[in-house]
Amino acid sequence: MDMNQPIGATPLDGKLDGLVGRPIDRVDGRLKVTGRAPYAYETRDLKNPAYGFIVEAAIAKGRIRSLDTGAAKRAPGVLLVMTHETVPEQGEKKEQVWPQLQGPEIRFHGQPIAFVVAESFEQARAAAALVRADYDAQTPDASLRAAQATAHEPKAAQTPPDSKLGDFEGAFAAAPVTLDVEYTTPVQIHAQMEPHATIASWETGPDGDRLVLYTANQMLNRGQSSLAQVLKLKPENVRLVSHYIGGGFGSKLQPQPEATLAALASKTLKRPVKVALTRQQEFHVATHRTDTIQRIRLGADETGRLTAIAHESWSATALGDAFFETSANVTRSLYAGANRLTRHRLANLNVPIASAMRAPGEAVGQLAFECAMDELAERLKIDPIALRIRNEPEQDPEKQVPYSTRQLVACMEEGAKRFGWDKRAAAGTARDGRWRVGLGMSAAARLNPLMPSQASVRLNPDGTLTVRMAMTDIGTGTYTILAQIAGEMMGLPVERIRVEIGDTAYPKAAGSGGSFGAASAGSALYVACDNLRQALLRSAGMNPDGAVFSEGRALSGNRSETLASLAGAEGIEATGEIKPGAMKEKFSQYSYGAHFAEVGVDADTGEIRLRRMLGVFTGGRILNLKTARSQAIGGMTFGIGAALMEAAETDTRFGSFVNHDLAEYHVPVHADVPAIDAVFLPELDDKANPLKSKGLGELGICGAGAALANAVHNATGLRIRDYPLTLDKVLGGWAEQEGRAQRRT
Amino acid sequence: MKAFAYERPATIQDAARLAAERPAARFIAGGTNLLDLMKLQIETPATLIDVNRLPLAEVTDTAEGGLRIGALVRNADLAAHPRVRQDYAVLAKALLAGASGQLRNKATTAGNLLQRTRCYYFYDTTKPCNKREPGSGCAAIGGFNRIMAVLGASESCIATNPSDMNVAMRVLDATVETVDPSGATRSIPMAEFHRLPGDTPQIETDLKPGELITAVTLPKPVGGVHLYRKVRDRASYAFATVSVAAIIAKGDGDRPKFAKLAFGGLAHKPWRVEAAETALIETGSADAAADRVLEGARGQGSNDFKIPLTRRTLRATVAEALRA
Repeated sequence: MDMNQPIGATPLDGKLDGLVGRPIDRVDGRLKVTGRAPYAYETRDLKNPAYGFIVEAAIAKGRIRSLDTGAAKRAPGVLLVMTHETVPEQGEKKEQVWPQLQGPEIRFHGQPIAFVVAESFEQARAAAALVRADYDAQTPDASLRAAQATAHEPKAAQTPPDSKLGDFEGAFAAAPVTLDVEYTTPVQIHAQMEPHATIASWETGPDGDRLVLYTANQMLNRGQSSLAQVLKLKPENVRLVSHYIGGGFGSKLQPQPEATLAALASKTLKRPVKVALTRQQEFHVATHRTDTIQRIRLGADETGRLTAIAHESWSATALGDAFFETSANVTRSLYAGANRLTRHRLANLNVPIASAMRAPGEAVGQLAFECAMDELAERLKIDPIALRIRNEPEQDPEKQVPYSTRQLVACMEEGAKRFGWDKRAAAGTARDGRWRVGLGMSAAARLNPLMPSQASVRLNPDGTLTVRMAMTDIGTGTYTILAQIAGEMMGLPVERIRVEIGDTAYPKAAGSGGSFGAASAGSALYVACDNLRQALLRSAGMNPDGAVFSEGRALSGNRSETLASLAGAEGIEATGEIKPGAMKEKFSQYSYGAHFAEVGVDADTGEIRLRRMLGVFTGGRILNLKTARSQAIGGMTFGIGAALMEAAETDTRFGSFVNHDLAEYHVPVHADVPAIDAVFLPELDDKANPLKSKGLGELGICGAGAALANAVHNATGLRIRDYPLTLDKVLGGWAEQEGRAQRRT
Repeated sequence: MKAFAYERPATIQDAARLAAERPAARFIAGGTNLLDLMKLQIETPATLIDVNRLPLAEVTDTAEGGLRIGALVRNADLAAHPRVRQDYAVLAKALLAGASGQLRNKATTAGNLLQRTRCYYFYDTTKPCNKREPGSGCAAIGGFNRIMAVLGASESCIATNPSDMNVAMRVLDATVETVDPSGATRSIPMAEFHRLPGDTPQIETDLKPGELITAVTLPKPVGGVHLYRKVRDRASYAFATVSVAAIIAKGDGDRPKFAKLAFGGLAHKPWRVEAAETALIETGSADAAADRVLEGARGQGSNDFKIPLTRRTLRATVAEALRA
């Protein structure tokens, strides 16, 4: 099915007690909590693996003068020390998957310079420490601020780097009320629970070489194609298996160096090789989210109507890489305004490779933009929600097409009511004991993409159904929602659905990322089930008009057949495919929401603690209220981290991230996440996909941190524009306030 | 991790003897810090001497009315001990402010005393660090040094002692009991147990090679209000940016009858300035006390905030104690 027109009525509609949407427990939950859901590193399908360990470059710029591997090779258990001198030939880089060990040049700190393989993990790690590299080191260029002026216009990714409408400069100059502010966000690390890990087995055969990888990967077909190019294999001879994944957050959208190195070592050793990154290696060897500098200029009339909007963003990545953070993309669509521009610039530095992380673009873009809106509201002395309502657009202002659905105003109003927004005091006035208390809000918006995806379904002779596709479940609940969709379509309980995903041997699927997973894979499954329904009815000679599948039976007219009987002795199979179509261009498609946060700021120490938080969201049809709510709360928790603590600090002298472990790179712990809730308003989006659902995975983070930052301003009167908002910045702000007060007296 | 020999002696004498005989030996108890450091080859002991089976896990009353805490008493057990909660509440509070439940179940009293710094550069073996590799330099100076020292630092090292427990032990005037390989015992006052970095930051305590901590002894309780205020970057599971351990007894008016103050996060050792306590008792002014505490304080850039933060936290802690 190509999504060329609104879907119309579907079998998922009109069922008040339907399976889709119901907050059922995860179908894989029991396996996970009993340790029977093997992650990549734990799978035992490939026998007798050797263990690899990556040796990282200790400098960020320069050349390896000499690499002494003698001691490592002689160390107990060592099978292979692979370096740029011994690595097998590789193909060209594809997307962000680089051939490994390509020479003595060092582009970033942590760049793999050798791969040590031994009989045990401990032997490999000990031998890796014996590899001695001598460098001709140069001073790295690792500061985005220093490179800001010379940053270049990057190549268009899915979207162009710049956009323009009307005359921003003229309108900004003429506006009676203006704001011109700079926000910064730091480098962030995905910090997913499961590290990158791969077991690779390279088999040489008469019809060419074949590679099997058990690997932690969010998008298996993409990984298959990029690894095939880098490893010079036919894509169909590369198989990726990823049944269970312990979080990805973008860092597993594509294979990381450990997968390539394991494959190359397996090729050399003719034996499976397994490797996992250490937590410290995650910071440099794997990708991160770039820091950003963002300048926002807003011009408005006295009533708060925006007349000029500019959002510019600077970001950085490694040399030779093209990834840029699309911070300003969402600004193209979110609020009305006749004159506007967005601009992205990129600096290529001696820093590790930057890539997508937790709502790339929107997450950090809205950290800045939604605070700027709060600043403008303050300047105009109007309520921040009222300001947003005043700038509610009729249609997408830059694409100039209607929104498929947009309930931003409803989300804000519902949230305001539930949260007690009317109790918000003037900035810097509310106290609760030693705490200064403040409320803040933010809008949330996240692009709703649909990706090509395929699925197969098979009705087995016993009346059970098997679903197959190369989809992944990164902890989000994909197994569960796929079982619900198939169950609803076929009239079967989830216990009779077997979902088999996580293997490129199955039909090509979108994978998990960009909030497109459930909609894309789920829609492919919907189409496959619809085709299966037709095939079953046809084979039984039943009239498809008005046919119903319910409680394990197909019903049409006066006929009622069990699915087991329709399956026959062989079973019956159908496939389905979804592709994005004209709906993508004819409508602007976003998920929306509103965040509300109450923070306390310790009046003595400046410590900021969240007190409560609410998100109100719309994401089309909710496929499972429980997993959806968990996703939203998880996203909001990312927002808490982004606002208050997450920052990998770059030491620009070395080009490395200083706090490179989870003791000092802080993510929120339970005590940082008190009363938090997420609710969904009813919505169906018939332009989005046949499920009428929209992406939810990343919506929860979009704007979430800005709600906290705005609450901090409400609590203290301080506007901190450099994330994260740590106590030293609060103390600095208070010192300035006191200084100003003293100068006045 | 490098290969190492492993011994599990049954007696204190055997443990001390093994430590003297084996080169580059390390005692291991909870291992919550040592194992991490071994994985990164920051610690590379040739022999690990597992002391977990030694009879050092008791908390007993002393004849003087104090408390003797065996070296192997786990942090969680110590924090929950009725006498600690009643008579030495600052210690219970400090322990519970540290690490996580899982770590406190494993970490021991002696191990906590010997916990090593969290300096980022100490943990990064690609960077110079005089503590890790004497003579190589200090990357923290001139780098990102948010968690580093503002007091007692040297040109060689600006690392801090990360322990919460140590700050409480210092304010309680605890004594560290040890035995050496010859069987000789000694008592080291907390004030002298940890060292400032000077030009030998790799030497962190007064312990001699092979010397084994057997207990920490607390003197008779002094009463007063016990507070431990830990200022940190997230609500739990974070090391202190600054912490204040205070034992303060209310006197007449605004002035306390007595006051004991120790500080964490500021230096290579728990920081205590008796002149500050005197100033607080004489003037009732937390600012007067802070002036004494912060005498000679020097920020390194990213940690400059610790200086005003210490003052503010002390003010708040004193006010809370006098309100109580």
